[in-house]
Amino acid sequence: MSPASKRVLWKKQKVLIETLKLWYSLLLCTCLRTDSLGLSPEPWPITDDSGSRITAAGPIFAGTKSGTEVPLNRIQSLEMRGISKSFLEVKANRDINLKVESGEILGLLGENGAGKTTLMNILFGLYYPDEGDILINNELIRLRSPKDSMRAGIGMIHQHFMLVEKHSVLENIALGYEDAPFFFPHKKLRGRIRELSSQYGLEVDPDKPIWELSAGEQQRVEIIKALSRNADLLIMDEPTSVLTPQEADELFEILKKMCSGGHSVILISHKLEEILSICNRVMVLRKGQVTGEASIKDVNKGKLAEMMIGRQIATAYPKADRPPGKTVLKVTNLDVDSDRGLPAVRNLNLEVRSGEILGIAGVSGNGQQELVETITGLRTPLNGTITMKGKPLDHADARKAHTLGITHVPEERIKYGIVPNLLLYENSVLKQHRDAPFSNGLQMNYGVIKDHAEKLVDGFQVDTPSINIQVKSLSGGNIQKLILGREISGEPDLLIAAHPTYGLDVGATEYVRKQIIALRDGGGAVLLVSEDLDELFMVCDRIAVMFEGKFMGEVTPDACTIEEIGLMMAGSSASEVNPTEAEASLPKEDA
Amino acid sequence: MQIDLFPRERTTPALNLLILVTSLIAGLLAVSVVFALNGVNPAAAIFAIFKGCFGSLYGIKETITKAIPLILIGSGLAMAYKAKFWNIGAESQLLVGGIFATWAGLNWGPHLPAVVLVPLMFLVAFIGGGLWGMIPAVLKIKFGINEVISTLMLNYIAAEFVKFLVVGPWKGATKGGYPYTDDLPAAGILKHLPYSRISPVLLILAAAGALILGWLVYRSRFGYEIRVIGENTHAARYSGINFFRTSLVLMAISGGMAGLAGAGELMSIHHYLSYPETLSAGYGFTAIIVAWLARLNPAYTIISGLFFAGIIVGGDAIQISMQMPAATVNVFNGMILTFLIMGDFFISHRIRIRKGAAVHA
Repeated sequence: MSPASKRVLWKKQKVLIETLKLWYSLLLCTCLRTDSLGLSPEPWPITDDSGSRITAAGPIFAGTKSGTEVPLNRIQSLEMRGISKSFLEVKANRDINLKVESGEILGLLGENGAGKTTLMNILFGLYYPDEGDILINNELIRLRSPKDSMRAGIGMIHQHFMLVEKHSVLENIALGYEDAPFFFPHKKLRGRIRELSSQYGLEVDPDKPIWELSAGEQQRVEIIKALSRNADLLIMDEPTSVLTPQEADELFEILKKMCSGGHSVILISHKLEEILSICNRVMVLRKGQVTGEASIKDVNKGKLAEMMIGRQIATAYPKADRPPGKTVLKVTNLDVDSDRGLPAVRNLNLEVRSGEILGIAGVSGNGQQELVETITGLRTPLNGTITMKGKPLDHADARKAHTLGITHVPEERIKYGIVPNLLLYENSVLKQHRDAPFSNGLQMNYGVIKDHAEKLVDGFQVDTPSINIQVKSLSGGNIQKLILGREISGEPDLLIAAHPTYGLDVGATEYVRKQIIALRDGGGAVLLVSEDLDELFMVCDRIAVMFEGKFMGEVTPDACTIEEIGLMMAGSSASEVNPTEAEASLPKEDA
Repeated sequence: MQIDLFPRERTTPALNLLILVTSLIAGLLAVSVVFALNGVNPAAAIFAIFKGCFGSLYGIKETITKAIPLILIGSGLAMAYKAKFWNIGAESQLLVGGIFATWAGLNWGPHLPAVVLVPLMFLVAFIGGGLWGMIPAVLKIKFGINEVISTLMLNYIAAEFVKFLVVGPWKGATKGGYPYTDDLPAAGILKHLPYSRISPVLLILAAAGALILGWLVYRSRFGYEIRVIGENTHAARYSGINFFRTSLVLMAISGGMAGLAGAGELMSIHHYLSYPETLSAGYGFTAIIVAWLARLNPAYTIISGLFFAGIIVGGDAIQISMQMPAATVNVFNGMILTFLIMGDFFISHRIRIRKGAAVHA
């Protein structure tokens, strides 16, 4: 081949390569969402009413000048106006207004599912609101991703830490740190960490790997991480749920220091005491709406509980008038630890008799989950005995619990209660699959199982096109009906139902409650764990209130007000909650 | 223009077949480019391949011979993968099965008739492979050791142990210094169909094994439990399934099937134990793909095993008839498989192309 023709060939190839490159980039631009790649800095500029352009995090993106002693506080005030957000038919947030000023701690209070986390996820740029505006320093701003929020000075510390366990503290903070120089980033970061640690009392060893740290220390790393990115407003989602009381106190000291330095904090919590002890102001959410907002001076525990829970008690479901029978489940002196090794249940005693529903009220995270797991044979207790009709359940063995007659509607129904990829009829015998007539020692009896599944679908109103579909394609309510049907169709001696109506629509909720009562009327015993006080009042015969792993007291729905329960849920014992005083709605603070 | 991806909720057999055929054709087109670059007429080469594996009597016989170990191992692997137990150690389970069968054949063979000895050797091989397979199960459940690593490492241990045996203590007195064991006694050797290397006993064993395992996975209580474990370990815990016992039985069967393949190769083809590469030719790894092509249904490994054996034999055929380098054959195998596996994506996903600019919710 002559040199000339070689050159021509080379040129041709080059043209080809260039064309391909062009096509590739065109393809990228058209097919992929350019904003998620971060290719263009302002992918959707918006204009306000006056027609002037507003940029993502634009007006306040001043950044910190190197050399300034105190970081510039960019968020003097933050306001959310008329925020609404729906997921399918569920309105998670409805017309919510929220305002935080610099140097303030705002408590955001509400039950599970009240919409606190959704609201904060909107503020952190994880969700985009259907309606409403967010203003920083009275200027409209659009937050489409956490990156925008971080640039605007908003930091979020999730309940479950977002840290790489095997990396060191320093490495975790360096991850995604935008200002890090290419060469020797450690040097600059180390200085920044030291600066922040001394300023706010956030003591932590930068070179330790995360897994060696306690929960409290990990939280400090998260706080440093947020501060190192110049967060002026910190959102903390249930920060004390993983902490020991001492660690929680230390955290509050840190938060107070930060606020005196001009930072502001939004504290999501459902612990009343915490809100009262540290916040300046409190806002209460219930079913997606604001039900109260007050300065902390103007409220007490009773008032907060009332705002959080609501006043009206729905009418109870009709129940057969029958005295409870013999003791079915007896738990004595039970001690259980959580996964983190913290005490979850301490010295707990309970008895459930046949034909009776015992409710367990309490803010989640007070040991209910561990208690349920222990009774259903999923967790080994440290001390104590569990007997089911006189027979002991001495170690964690879910199969033994099943053979003793304990059935279980689990809290996380998709995770534990079903196998999403298996078919509906295969799921209809999960756990009973070893019992006759569904199988003999070797073979599954799919004919009988399919008949059983048809019966469950009909009898428990599971809305499904067929029993031959993967169970994951059912809605949450129908999955729960299937699980409930499976667990109670065999008329068990004891049903343990954990948050059985959580997240269900009204119709499914009512249906599930009625079925639980029907089981009780038929002579079954039920242990119902729920955060929904209305539900407990409507369904239960007795209600025990759980706080920090102990029963604060036991009440009957007819002889008790929701305020009393609210106070016990916040840690006051039954003797402290004197009924006569509670009626005057001026409950005394416990020491 | 915007391309959206959706998970596909349900598939029909017709769609599966369409996607299978389309990806096969796409794969062949891609391979054609490679053939053309080698200066071979792609049409002629592809024709030669199919003639080599399914288009001639010799080809069919060879394909079946090679399919037998693939089906045996692949069905066992499919079952293990159904429980998400990633057994990469079928190669070593095969070798250990071969070792056990050799030991049984050499020690018991002279005194027993074929009707007793052959089943006995298979049984011993199954036990051997099964025991070897149970090691990673114990390591995983009791000590939390990743089964991918442990099964993979056990492959080396078994291979080196075979080498040690054939060079050392088991070196045959009649083999003139070669690293082989003595021949199995005549009673332990499987008869072939005339003019082929297919042993009817082994063929039936493979087909029956795959069908039985298919029944086990989809009809038995044990199969139900392994599918629950594979799909959702939390639900398995909730429903009180005993992980340890189930995993042990599972791996005993999975390893045992590979052990049967080892004994089969030994008794039908080789007649004596020699270097590990001779006994297995990588069947333990190839069968991984066979199991996946069968969509982890052990019964379907009969089809995918035959198909894959056909690709191997067809590849050998063009190597000879077209005088193409051996590497080209591997490229051919690899590309066909890659396309088949890519086709899986379209079975689990639906693609919608929208015109116009991206619209944000």
